[in-house]
Amino acid sequence: MTIGRRVAVIVFPGSNCERDVAYAMQLLGADPELVWHRETDLSEFDGVILPGGFAHGDYLRTGAIARFSPVMTEVERLADAGTPVLGICNGFQILCEAGLLPGALVANRDLKFICRPVHLRVESTDSVLTRAATVGDVLRIPLNSFEGNYVAPAPVLDDLENGGVVLRYSDADGSVSDAANPNGSLNNIAGIANGGGNVAGLMPHPERAIETVLGSTDGRILLESFVASLDRVTA
Amino acid sequence: MTTEAPAHIQLGMTDAEYDAVVDILGREPRPAELAMYSVMWSEHCSYKSSRAWLGRFPTEAPWVVVGPGENAGVVDLGDGWLAALRIESHNHPSFVEPFQGAATGVGGILRDIFTMGARPIAVWDPIRFGPLDDAHNRYLLDGVVSGIAHYGNAVGVPTLGGEIEFSERYSANPLVNVMALGILKQEQLVLSAASGEGNVAILLGASTGRDGIGGASILASASFDESSGAKRPSVQIGDPFEEKKLIEACLELYERGLVVGIQDLGAAGISCATSECAANGGVGMVVDLDDVPLREDDMNAGEILMSESQERMLAIVEPDDVDEVLELAEKWEINGAVIGTVTAGGTLEVRQHGEVVAEVPAASLSEDAPLYRRPAERPEALDRLWADPVDLPAGLDVGETLLRMLDDPAVGDRSWIYQQYDHQLFLNTVIEPGHDGSLLRIKGTTKGLAVSTDGNGRLCFMDPRRGGARIVYESALNVAVTGARPFAVVDNLNFGNPEKPEIMWQFIETIEGMSAACEALGVPVIGGNVSFYNETDGVDIFPTPVVGMLGFADPMPGHVPRLDQAEPGMEVWLIGPEDPTDFAGTTYSRVVLDHVGGRPSDVDHTIGPKVVDEAVRLAHAGVPVLHDISVGGAAVAVAEICFRSGCGARVDSDDWRTLLSAGPHRFLAVVPPGFDLEVTDVPARRIGTMGGNHIDFGRHGRVPLSLAADVWRNAIPRRMG
Repeated sequence: MTIGRRVAVIVFPGSNCERDVAYAMQLLGADPELVWHRETDLSEFDGVILPGGFAHGDYLRTGAIARFSPVMTEVERLADAGTPVLGICNGFQILCEAGLLPGALVANRDLKFICRPVHLRVESTDSVLTRAATVGDVLRIPLNSFEGNYVAPAPVLDDLENGGVVLRYSDADGSVSDAANPNGSLNNIAGIANGGGNVAGLMPHPERAIETVLGSTDGRILLESFVASLDRVTA
Repeated sequence: MTTEAPAHIQLGMTDAEYDAVVDILGREPRPAELAMYSVMWSEHCSYKSSRAWLGRFPTEAPWVVVGPGENAGVVDLGDGWLAALRIESHNHPSFVEPFQGAATGVGGILRDIFTMGARPIAVWDPIRFGPLDDAHNRYLLDGVVSGIAHYGNAVGVPTLGGEIEFSERYSANPLVNVMALGILKQEQLVLSAASGEGNVAILLGASTGRDGIGGASILASASFDESSGAKRPSVQIGDPFEEKKLIEACLELYERGLVVGIQDLGAAGISCATSECAANGGVGMVVDLDDVPLREDDMNAGEILMSESQERMLAIVEPDDVDEVLELAEKWEINGAVIGTVTAGGTLEVRQHGEVVAEVPAASLSEDAPLYRRPAERPEALDRLWADPVDLPAGLDVGETLLRMLDDPAVGDRSWIYQQYDHQLFLNTVIEPGHDGSLLRIKGTTKGLAVSTDGNGRLCFMDPRRGGARIVYESALNVAVTGARPFAVVDNLNFGNPEKPEIMWQFIETIEGMSAACEALGVPVIGGNVSFYNETDGVDIFPTPVVGMLGFADPMPGHVPRLDQAEPGMEVWLIGPEDPTDFAGTTYSRVVLDHVGGRPSDVDHTIGPKVVDEAVRLAHAGVPVLHDISVGGAAVAVAEICFRSGCGARVDSDDWRTLLSAGPHRFLAVVPPGFDLEVTDVPARRIGTMGGNHIDFGRHGRVPLSLAADVWRNAIPRRMG
């Protein structure tokens, strides 16, 4: 068991899912703490989550200002040292903007905000987000974004397709098609990880699918993967 | 040669109102003073045409903590938990500029909630437009929905629903109402009263600009004509990012016990916030406008006092706490500026550039506002309307009729709208938009809050008293089917020009109908808003009261009924009295016959509350599906269950009319075969069975489920493109 492992949930001005993520972490046995974006020392933490929301109002471009928040230098240091780092929705956008994950997220194909549950197929278990899942699992998890459309140049995409894609939009029986793609993401990409598997990001919100009363518990396997990854890393 | 109208006329005041100001001050008002009175005495701020009638609403119950008059109504949920609820309108701003008008409506209502010390946890948006075959109406709908999504999603408060209605009557005057719910612990409750001589007034949040000047008096309190586009500068611009920081900063201020009183800056800006804080506390205040952070240097005193720049709050704090409050503002990256001091006596003194620009009795801005008992007269046209009931055929293909009704955008699937809204944030959403009422849990408790917003302008036009009562009962049933009992009401009364006697009559009749229904249900009215002058080029909207109903369940049902839980073989029951003659204002009359006439059936204050009680009981008894029957009749209600559950149904009826008539006190229950409903107090009749690939009305026709579902899903998207 990894009970009590400390998770820094970073709060930028404009973040709004930080409390939900902390609630989920607590439910799954981790010890979350909300950390303001001006903090520069995260050495006491075993993992970091960048939650959803609209960091710095998403002004200029999603994540473009957040990547310069003081805390991000420390997040980069921990990511390089192998500490689990997870970005959810806006957090994923920030990780891409900071260069910790490749590619970028642009406006949805239909130019409308999308809030609804989508199906995701697990593509790889070599990441802190999916290690407890099984390749081919289909999960039903809410999406909630305007800029959720993943893009990357062809060479980056080719490279990513060697195990870096961890989740794809699919239909309920796991088939990946244009019809199952809610936002126009290249290759139906919903979540990716870096080469080491310790930095991962996804657009859907696993923390919104952790209790039966909320309609789905499919997000648990992803967040349990993250919690299970919080073995102490010397950073 | 034209002479320019006097200043007070340009500001929307009458000569008599101007004379009253002169009486109060004992002299001619200075320009800044006139500006303050003009906004504070506007219809929007002073309720001068409606106040005399609003006292009819029942407002008392043991669980009411704060009733009408404060920023939001507050009720007691037990175990130290309170809920705060408030509704507002942003009709005229949304017509002039739909995106910003709707966006700032969300921002404003949230400030009303966190002003009370509560964290806002959800928003609802009842909206009304002209028909979507007109490009301008499509532009308005798209702009309003985008504006709500833009602001609500970014500020981080989920939007859990609302309702939508279309009519020509809203083409030139759309209605954009917004309601917000907050929760708080008892000790966090804050009121908007300044007290303590020497205490300090701190302006928090955005800087003050020229946006929104005169919004309350020029936009919200006057009728529209073709020149209304010129009023666009009176619309405020919203910044949800600034508001998000302001919410968090204020909630932390309360948590640390740093505020004596607080008031949001909404209509009439600094004028309203300072005078209300002072008047509520029975004190005065000295305010120096040189200390107000401005967007433009050369603003005059009147402009600064009247500006409706968004995302601002006025906090009253003790002198010793000023540094800590300013530090906290710095942490959250918002402005914090000391702009005034609380004084003894009741004078609001405003200075600029070392001179006194205003010196008025603070209470006179609110308490001495004019009160009008405008003439009311029943419109004669109503007799002709009632004498012209729907001409019903002997027989009807209900299947084919249903298809036509499902294609109507007010009946069709609303997910095109609510999927643009974050409706899950905070992990409270048990019943999401698209059902009768939405249901939220309060984490760490067994408590649930159900909410529904309901209006029906057409019904209220045809009989304002009956219509007003019916929307209250409908709203009550909408929360009851989630297992919550009706607990408190807020209302948004959208009406035409109150200077017309028939509009005043509609207004008074509506209040009577709503009040009687609230009394029968034992539900207090804890707040409301009046929006008059919804008139463009002389055409008034339908009288459109909108009810916001808060339901409360403790505990929530173990298995909450949902529309998507019907399965083949389950029985369909109709609970409540049938009324096969009630066709006035039905979807069938409107969509298929294009007929407005006849008189809607009256409510029954004996059986109505019993039907509501039965719905609550059945929700807790494990019934998988409960669904209110509205003006679409049983046919539409059954179809909605079919679409959400992915399963057909067979419904039989001797008389086709019972499938399409309205009737106020009815709902459907879908139960496993043999389930004993144990309904004894009110009529209950089995009408059908779930299953098959059709929505099948027996000898009254049928329609393939897939075709019907397709039509229903595309009703709005196919029009919006």
